[in-house]
Amino acid sequence: MTDVAVIGAGVTGSAVARELSRYDLEIVVLEKESDVCEGTSKANSGIVHSGYDAKPGTYKARFNVEGNRLIHELSKELDFPFKENGSLVLALEEDGRAGLEELLERGRKNGVPGLRIVERDELKKMEPNVSDSAVCALYAPTGGVVCPFNMNIALAENAADNGVTFRFNTEVTSIEKKNDEEGRGYYRIETTGGHVDARIVVNAAGVYADVFHNMVSGDRIHITPRKGQYCLMDKTAGGIVSHTLFQLPTKLGKGVLVTPTVHGNLMAGPTADDVDDKEDTSTTAAGLDTVLSRGALSVVSMPRMTITSFAGLRAHEDGGDFIIGEVKDAPGFIDAAGIESPGLTAAPAIGVYIAGLIRDILKPCEKEDFIGTRKGIPSMALADEEERKALIEADPAYSHVICRCELVTEGEIRNAITRTLGATTVDGVKRRTRAGMGRCQAGFCLARTIPILAELLGKSEEEITKSGAGSYYINGNIKDEL
Amino acid sequence: MTDMKKDLVIIGGGPAGLSAAVSASREGAEDILIIERDTRLGGILNQCIHNGFGLHTFKEELTGPEYADRYIRQVEDGKIPYMLDTMVVDLAYDDGSGDKIITAMNAKDGLFTISAKAVILAMGCRERPRGALNIPGFRPSGIYSAGTAQYYVNMEGRMPGRKVVILGSGDIGLIMARRMTYEGAKVLCVAELQPYSGGLKRNIVQCLDDFGIPLLLSHTVVDIKGKKRLEGVTIAEVDENRKPIPGTEVFYECDTLLLSCGLIPENELSGKLGVRMNGVTGGAYVNESLETSVPGVYACGNVLHVHDLVDYVSGEADMAGKNAAAFILGRTGTDDGNVINIKTENGVRYSVPSVVRPALMGNTLTVRFRVGNEYRDKDLAVYLNGKQLMRLPKRVMAPGEMEQIVLVKSKVEEIIAASEAKEHEVVIRVEDKA
Repeated sequence: MTDVAVIGAGVTGSAVARELSRYDLEIVVLEKESDVCEGTSKANSGIVHSGYDAKPGTYKARFNVEGNRLIHELSKELDFPFKENGSLVLALEEDGRAGLEELLERGRKNGVPGLRIVERDELKKMEPNVSDSAVCALYAPTGGVVCPFNMNIALAENAADNGVTFRFNTEVTSIEKKNDEEGRGYYRIETTGGHVDARIVVNAAGVYADVFHNMVSGDRIHITPRKGQYCLMDKTAGGIVSHTLFQLPTKLGKGVLVTPTVHGNLMAGPTADDVDDKEDTSTTAAGLDTVLSRGALSVVSMPRMTITSFAGLRAHEDGGDFIIGEVKDAPGFIDAAGIESPGLTAAPAIGVYIAGLIRDILKPCEKEDFIGTRKGIPSMALADEEERKALIEADPAYSHVICRCELVTEGEIRNAITRTLGATTVDGVKRRTRAGMGRCQAGFCLARTIPILAELLGKSEEEITKSGAGSYYINGNIKDEL
Repeated sequence: MTDMKKDLVIIGGGPAGLSAAVSASREGAEDILIIERDTRLGGILNQCIHNGFGLHTFKEELTGPEYADRYIRQVEDGKIPYMLDTMVVDLAYDDGSGDKIITAMNAKDGLFTISAKAVILAMGCRERPRGALNIPGFRPSGIYSAGTAQYYVNMEGRMPGRKVVILGSGDIGLIMARRMTYEGAKVLCVAELQPYSGGLKRNIVQCLDDFGIPLLLSHTVVDIKGKKRLEGVTIAEVDENRKPIPGTEVFYECDTLLLSCGLIPENELSGKLGVRMNGVTGGAYVNESLETSVPGVYACGNVLHVHDLVDYVSGEADMAGKNAAAFILGRTGTDDGNVINIKTENGVRYSVPSVVRPALMGNTLTVRFRVGNEYRDKDLAVYLNGKQLMRLPKRVMAPGEMEQIVLVKSKVEEIIAASEAKEHEVVIRVEDKA
């Protein structure tokens, strides 16, 4: 009998697992994909929201503000890229001022520090390339940008370092409430890789969280996948803005953000369109047009330097708030459902809260040997001269550049594959090291990354995939079919 | 203090770097170093195993590796030093000495610095990715740049897929249509957004027509299907604004999409050095000596502007090597202050070089450029200070074929002598037939 089964190795599930790993518990994370960070967690804005947006009193408001505070510390403890660049909500017409004041008031109620409205002159000084139609803006100094991949990966790695088991390619097919011989309740979770019995189930299944909730509860919830499309631009465009620029919603729609990413690219998005298919992460011509044209409203001139575009699905629950906590008619089944924006920011706080609930139920001992920190993969691109020298001296593979656009070396890729919860796919290497994330989008390094994966995983190159079963690259040898 | 001192460092050991090294050495430069990031010299030529190289330079048809070998042998014979598996990570200008400081790394020497009197930028180019085209749809495996597919098939003997659609009619895409067919893959079609091909006419004939592969002009990919491996693409016709025409969509079931939609000069290092860049070519602005805005820094080959033929790369690099040698040896000649700015208009997109100091040009100077559209039965007109220098009738001009004119020094000097000013202007433009 496992103490806790967490469904989903996204950022929420990984944050819960990491907090729970402080205790002497047997914990398993079940993930249908081949890696952590494969769903909503990998395709979002990468924004650490300050917390003025959510209605006071909601879970969104509470966990956003707490999560923002936690990420500041956590990014140091777990060594993932985070930058407090501050955010600005732009009023693009004069009658937007009232809307900004409303957000300001809401933010104050939510406990967001440092909020204030900046007038045009100051705004232009803060952001020289801001659109001429921006009248004023709400400035939130605690807003930030984070690497959503490495935040998720860091939480999961640290959980694994503290004894949590991650089971990938393991899709949950049914959950049933049972009682053991002593009459204690537990859940039997059937998966594509056999069953798991657990005292506590944490439902962190993203857009699928309603499916699992409804397997155990009569009090049904309903999640709509809400598609958000993005365009990511070249690093040479990254410097046109330094803050994250939101738009105050207008009659034209909800607005699109323009932000530097933590790695220095420029990003615009997202759209917001409800879809039926929980797997529909396709971009559309109309969506990408919207991203670029709406984004262009925030800046003097939008660079035409897209290097990639993508879409993610937010898990929007009908009630509009996060659903967090033990399900009333299913004791021991704990939801972390409806985690849409500001879910990335909120995840660490949700992790702490849910771990607290489980601690109160199972009353475990705290581990004495809990490892509170984790070291990321060294980055040649970010290292200074002395650090570079030291890395190469320790391992000459750090001198061998695989990804030229992002200056990622063989040493980093080997590290990414061989470390705790190491990468097993090309996308896994990419998200851990940035190999293939530059302006040529893996045109050069793909063929150099696959052999390293094959070597270290003891597989043939044919078996190496982009992101799990079916997404193979190489299809035999030349002359095979002649 | 740097770890090493050199007269001339050439960054890149592909066709441009090799030719530049051979020429600089021939002109008397002695202390040269070629830095190559790959495991062998030759650059992209190593994976271009088809023939057709060298018709201009050697008057024979060579394969890519054979063409490279001609230059590699000269480098070996001339004992020109080179480093392999070595990546240049930084490039800086020392204001005091005028030296260029190169930071590089490899497994043997670790991270090290070199100061050089002159540098030749010969880093080549890379392919435009899917994102730059903003093609909507899913993001499965099976979408490759044509060059990646070429690497797989020719260098690794591996098949990147079996049923192929190619987007973009750049030369590598055309070459790969034939290559994949040779290896038993089925190439369904080549779709090209523009109403004209991006590649050489000879490649369309030899790589598509001869194999019955349709070239769909004014077509593009509008959707990509497949969550894991590519399952198919939807291709639609586009109107004169390059927008898909509703109702023309056709689905092609395929496991592979190759992209051959243009090349981008690889200029990260040039940017670090503060070289002034041309937004049209993606390469540096250069003068008649192929010198960039940073004194003693030269550029040639595809890092300067994308070429169609390696022969032209070699020729251009030869000139860069010669001028870099002259710079090192203090033989650049005396400038008289006259400057000719080359202005391109009316269909001509750019020129290399963009500035000419007539006192420092050779007896003739080749100026290369591209047009921005397909033109039939037009004239290419060249003016100097408003006076017509030449007028060349052209049956066909297309963006996929680089054009060139030759400026004759004696004629140029004759015209500028008639002007009081030191600043002059050459205009290159497409005009209706005279």
